[in-house]
Amino acid sequence: MCLLKVEDVYKSYGDFMVLRGISFQLEKGEIKVIIGPSGTGKSTLLRCLNGLTSPDKGKIWIDGVEVTDPKTNINKIRSNIGFVFQSFNLFAHLTALDNVCIGLVKVKGMKKSEARLLAMEELRRVGLEDKAGAYPAELSGGQQQRVSIARALAMNPKLILFDEPTSALDPELIGEVLNVMIDLAKGGMTMLVVSHEIGFCRAVADEILFLDEGKIIEKGHPSVLLTNPSYKRTKEFLHKIIELYGEERD
Amino acid sequence: MIYLTLLKELPYLLEGVLVALELLLAFMSLGFIIGMVLSVTEVYGNRWSSTLAFMIERFFRGVPAIVLIFLFYYGLSDIYNISPFAAATLALGFRTGAYQSQIFKGAIQAVGPGQMMAARAIGMGKIQAIWSIILPQALRFGIGPWSNEFASELKDTSLAYTIGVVELLRRAKYIVSYTYGNALIVYGFCAILYLILVRLGNTVLYRIEKKLQIPGFETRKEGGLG
Repeated sequence: MCLLKVEDVYKSYGDFMVLRGISFQLEKGEIKVIIGPSGTGKSTLLRCLNGLTSPDKGKIWIDGVEVTDPKTNINKIRSNIGFVFQSFNLFAHLTALDNVCIGLVKVKGMKKSEARLLAMEELRRVGLEDKAGAYPAELSGGQQQRVSIARALAMNPKLILFDEPTSALDPELIGEVLNVMIDLAKGGMTMLVVSHEIGFCRAVADEILFLDEGKIIEKGHPSVLLTNPSYKRTKEFLHKIIELYGEERD
Repeated sequence: MIYLTLLKELPYLLEGVLVALELLLAFMSLGFIIGMVLSVTEVYGNRWSSTLAFMIERFFRGVPAIVLIFLFYYGLSDIYNISPFAAATLALGFRTGAYQSQIFKGAIQAVGPGQMMAARAIGMGKIQAIWSIILPQALRFGIGPWSNEFASELKDTSLAYTIGVVELLRRAKYIVSYTYGNALIVYGFCAILYLILVRLGNTVLYRIEKKLQIPGFETRKEGGLG
């Protein structure tokens, strides 16, 4: 059975219809990357998936539980889905270690000493065990994003949603975050990533979804979609991001 | 000699300072709780509760303190035998609560929407997110403006004089009465005592603010806000 199922999702903000009938699925262990121009609802779609935004129409299931059902305990669902934000959103008053700990203690009810051990393990996984005592404002953007990935990992999620995780970073810091994400992908993590990092797509994506004006215009394996897209719109967009981001990063 | 009298009456005046501080502690604590509830309701409540909070806040900020004190003392005396101290605590407590709610509201809004979103995204409920993530940051931002409110309320304890709380100013008035004059010197001494208290209080609050500062945050505000 698929881990994530999205069926005909619509969402409007006022008169502006952001999502116009999105459907797709994600199997366990699969990695899909969503690309598309800004303002086409990529972030809105991700936020619908864990209930940070409610769709106007359509249904979403995660691991067989319907997220869009008002009776569903959304907090429980969210504790099983990692979410990595473009602007990191680390808790500013907590150290890196406590940022990773707090969900374990407050949401999962784990003992603080136990949570700290586990959190340290996750910080080590993203290469930041030496920054455990640092506050977010003392870290670089790349380090903050790695802590936020560790925060998501600590909750032992079934799926991690990445909302343009490298878009707010200086170019020289992007690599360290992408490397962590590639390691996760190789470790079998299920991931849905909004990103325009072509190199990352090629390296790990099982499928790319091209989103434009609230619809999935085209989808396919990176080897096909990136080199030989069927639609003119996709081709134009790929040209633009290659101009901006370069063909490959590594 | 008035100076000798002042020296002799110093313990009596200092007791007045204690009464003023007790009153301050009582109504500032009440005001803190009221301010918290009002600000959180105004920011996170639904339409009805936030409108109600808004109206309460507007009322207590819009009426002179002395009128509130009379309302709570003489007004309530008709139905309940309230002590001057309790009436002053309630009147000034509600008033500072309304002002403190404005301080906390600004501080909560300064925290940034990404913090709430991230807290909800790891599975925290709304109340838990407010308690564990938003308020610890907002309270830090609020200490600066709160110390202003503290100073102004400390001075306003003297208003309780009007309904018979025997605090510092009322004791000074007694001394002026029974020494037949010397108003300038006695009230001047009183003014100095208030000044010392305000400065002491602000120094302590400033130290607390420094101590609770989040490392790196003040100099690189763009860092964690998002």
